[in-house]
Amino acid sequence: MGSVNVYGPPASTAVARVLACLLEKEVKFQLIPVNMAKGKHKAPEYLKIQPFGQVPAFQDESITLFESRAISRYLCDKFADKGNKGLFGNGLLERASIEQWLEAEAQSFNPPSSVLVFQLAFAPRMRLKQDPAVIEQNEGKLAKVLDVYENRLEESRFLAGDDFTLADLSHLPNAQYITGTDRGHLLTSRKNVNRWWEEISSRPSWKKVVEMQKAPPS
Amino acid sequence: MGVLKLHGHPYSGATLRVLSVLHEKGLEFEFVPIDLATGEHKKEHFLSLNPFGQVPAFEDGEIKMFESRAITQYLAHAYADRGTELLFKETKKMAEMSVWAEVEAQKFDPPAFKVVFELILKPMIGGGAADEATVAEQQAALSKVLDVYEARLAGSSYLSGDSFGLADAHHQPLAAFDSRPYVSRWAADILSRPAWVNALAQQSNAP
Repeated sequence: MGSVNVYGPPASTAVARVLACLLEKEVKFQLIPVNMAKGKHKAPEYLKIQPFGQVPAFQDESITLFESRAISRYLCDKFADKGNKGLFGNGLLERASIEQWLEAEAQSFNPPSSVLVFQLAFAPRMRLKQDPAVIEQNEGKLAKVLDVYENRLEESRFLAGDDFTLADLSHLPNAQYITGTDRGHLLTSRKNVNRWWEEISSRPSWKKVVEMQKAPPS
Repeated sequence: MGVLKLHGHPYSGATLRVLSVLHEKGLEFEFVPIDLATGEHKKEHFLSLNPFGQVPAFEDGEIKMFESRAITQYLAHAYADRGTELLFKETKKMAEMSVWAEVEAQKFDPPAFKVVFELILKPMIGGGAADEATVAEQQAALSKVLDVYEARLAGSSYLSGDSFGLADAHHQPLAAFDSRPYVSRWAADILSRPAWVNALAQQSNAP
């Protein structure tokens, strides 16, 4: 059996999410660049595997998938016995808690944090004007979400329970960018959120993803 | 398993999403209405069920959950042998459904909800007239998503795959008829399911 293919740049938060999962599961992969500056993600050949023209796309033998959280769930399902076996929990109850916090990430954490990642980390690089009103509005939204996390993480070491799971992993890419900006205090000033952030971001798998993000594009 | 309780509001799409799956599974449950108008969802008791202060929240005996799409996943797995089969056993088919469940959550729901909010909900709650610029912008975004749905549904009876699954059920609260032939046929199909009709019937129980 060969390796799986992941399409897209590691700098993309969604691609990074999949890379983190692959590394946790110790699944061999090939990272295939997509030249987004040249619009390759909107080219007909690419749209065949990702009809929304976004990254990542993913292939494993006869399966083609997209949406980073769907890819991650698939990896946990197919490679259940590889790498971090507890990434998606053991049994119905653990899985239910992980699904809940995965949805919280997708529905509550992701929207405001994605806007901040774009405004604070990407817009400057792309020489686009930042929108202070949008930044302020989304800071406010993210702060409310992190207040809930702060309470949760008072009683629980990780979001879904005592162990690191896909639910925590899913937060890594956006949180990484935000903590690298002057709004990082949103996470680091909250005692439990900061403790959680320090712990999840120091995992070797995540450090490897950050290295890949810093490497010059191929 | 214990007594099933769904805390929610019958006009909340997220609540309806869970009601639909409860009915698909033929499960008995207690519906606990939450009075959004008086801010019950932000009060201590409800916050102990969903710290984000949003409906719905769900209990199955000792198990407490929030996030409608996590609750439906739980129900589909915990009660796999009851009622409609909403999951696929094959890893590949399950993964393909999972893609479209994420598409619903990430691509379909945001613009669809914003359109419904501007045109229907905002006036209903005394929030003023629809913001036309927002409506136009969100309808354009939704249109791009529905173009992709049209292509998918031309080659697959349902978004989930060759049979109705969780990814289709998740769309019921915001699905609507459309000029696109395959999307229209699919929307008509999923909206006519008895379980969905039963879910909507909760609205006539509303005070």
